[in-house]
Amino acid sequence: MKRSRRSFLKIAGISALGIGSKPILNAFSASAPQGDTPQPAVMRKPEALTAKHWAMVIDTTKFKSRDDFKPIIEACHSIHNVPELKNKNHEIKWIWEEGYKHAFPTLENPYFEEKVKDLPFLVLCNHCENPPCVRACPTKATFKRESDGIVLMDFHRCIGCRFCMAACPYGARSFNFRDPRPFIKEEKINLKFPRRTKGVVEKCNFCAERLAVGQLPACVEAANGAIIFGDLADPDSDVRKLVSTNYTIRRKLSLGTSPSVYYIV
Amino acid sequence: MLELALKGSKKYYGWMTLLLGVIGGGFVFYLWQFNFGLGITGMSRDVSWGFYIAQFTFLVGVAASAVMVVLPYYLHDYKAFGRITILGEFLAVASVTMCILFIFVDLGQPMRVVNVILYPTPNSVLFWDMIVLNGYLFLNIIVGWKVLEAERNGIAPPAWVKPLIYLSIPWAVSIHTVTAFLYCGLPGRGFWLTAILAPRFLASAFAAGPAFLILLCLLIRKLTKFDPGKEQIQSLAKIVTYGILMNVFFLVCEVFVVFYSQIPEHMDHMKYLFFGLHGHGVLVPWMWTSVGLMLLAIILLVNPITRQNESVLAVACLAVFAGTWIDKGLGMISGGFVPSPLHHVNEYVPTIPEIIITLGVYATGFLVLTALFKIAVSIKEEIAA
Ligand code: SF4
Ligand code: SF4
Repeated sequence: MKRSRRSFLKIAGISALGIGSKPILNAFSASAPQGDTPQPAVMRKPEALTAKHWAMVIDTTKFKSRDDFKPIIEACHSIHNVPELKNKNHEIKWIWEEGYKHAFPTLENPYFEEKVKDLPFLVLCNHCENPPCVRACPTKATFKRESDGIVLMDFHRCIGCRFCMAACPYGARSFNFRDPRPFIKEEKINLKFPRRTKGVVEKCNFCAERLAVGQLPACVEAANGAIIFGDLADPDSDVRKLVSTNYTIRRKLSLGTSPSVYYIV
Repeated sequence: MLELALKGSKKYYGWMTLLLGVIGGGFVFYLWQFNFGLGITGMSRDVSWGFYIAQFTFLVGVAASAVMVVLPYYLHDYKAFGRITILGEFLAVASVTMCILFIFVDLGQPMRVVNVILYPTPNSVLFWDMIVLNGYLFLNIIVGWKVLEAERNGIAPPAWVKPLIYLSIPWAVSIHTVTAFLYCGLPGRGFWLTAILAPRFLASAFAAGPAFLILLCLLIRKLTKFDPGKEQIQSLAKIVTYGILMNVFFLVCEVFVVFYSQIPEHMDHMKYLFFGLHGHGVLVPWMWTSVGLMLLAIILLVNPITRQNESVLAVACLAVFAGTWIDKGLGMISGGFVPSPLHHVNEYVPTIPEIIITLGVYATGFLVLTALFKIAVSIKEEIAA
């Protein structure tokens, strides 16, 4: 439904603008949903993993040291062709490490030992249930997939206005300040995932492309059980059980974004 | 009437050539940015909007302030402003032109800008901002042009212009309100998350815009045979006075709420701007200069003796303009990004290419402004002769 509405708007927009010649418009109207002809549906591979509400639980007690994060970050960044830019201003990151006081600035406790304040946490896009980035985007390049709650991006539609970056309260988004391609190591390029162009925003996508072929997110695979992923809407799922029996925290709950990433502390 | 913009004195041609030169320079640097990406600016992952968006915000205010001459004339029948409404409307046209250009040069993928129209998204404030800005531009072009044409021909403007004029009044308020909504509706940005942001924007606009108009009027009187009028300038001066008083009052309200509540997410930005945070504070001297200029302006404007002296008034207007420009064009945007939502302090300073592109956009605005004012003033001279 969502999809057909999107494509309908697209067609309506193009025809309203009168772009394209008549044959092209005819081709469009031939494929547009009409009356009771069956509507095109998204074909799912039989092995695809599906859920009503994908969520992630990060069990911070299972991480011994900072070194445990490295393979996880590396797995995500190499699979997604995330470039390594030396200039900190232009940095692109999907999943990274923050000290406790930065990851949870509103939960600071002045009596924590310095060690605790700097305790490292993995942070990433929270795939908020009520995402401000989606609300802000003027082109629907950032959207929430209604079927499973993942907040996704269309790199080809993004105009690079960066409104979504201002809107995200978790600093989860990066902008391609320059062409990222020269900064992806040749031997690491993953041809199965798109590389980005300059001038668009990007962020973690909960490995939607891997879920579609029956694989768990790359960080989950690399975390040796410290990151658990599943359907929060399913009462029997691991994530649901963990969230209901453990004390978990989420980032900046008071903002009403309702993150789908939970931390066991 | 357009031909009037083509005939002019040597000085006029010289000024226009200078502006074209600056535009050319800005364009060359824009081509560089277009090729390389926004990486040639000082913006970063943490401060993702910079100088361009700040200038845009400031100029939306200048554009909106046209309402301060249109409203008294058309709604309160304040006849004196009839002489200068056209100047206000044409100033609005030039300002909105700059606003649209500033948004454009800030885009990472400018070639895709039509996506905003192809995929209309009513939940995005930017979508509405596009609508109100373009609408305001057209309203002012049509109204200004038609009224001026009628004036030249010595007839009344066509009846259909009246409703457009009335429409332009709330529309002016809307452009700055919607622009404030871009910022004040974002959950994680404590500095902007205040219901007083739109009123604050309007107050500073109603100070900065008319102040600039006064300066332009004084200049026109000097350079041409058209005198915008002493009474007109004094009435504008009173508007500037109320505007700047309100702006400072709103700032005081903001400071009180932020520092009395002591909520860190709101307070830290103010601390950063006025005192520096964790050893970072490039904007501190600027912000205090801004406060100083605004206070100086208030002293000069509230006192009738100084206000009525046109040379002192010019100084006061300069102070208002510079003070509000620093406040909005420098502090307002980067102040909202520092510290970041994760409480990192990454400062922002515009780069030279960024400043040259900015100057190019300003030069484009001044080119439009000069041409339009030239037309308006030539017609006024024609009628007087
Ligand atoms: S964490 Fe940020 S980018 Fe991710 S869904 Fe929430 S608001 Fe959007
Ligand atoms: S930068 Fe791209 S994804 Fe972000 S709000 Fe603009 S168009 Fe949408």
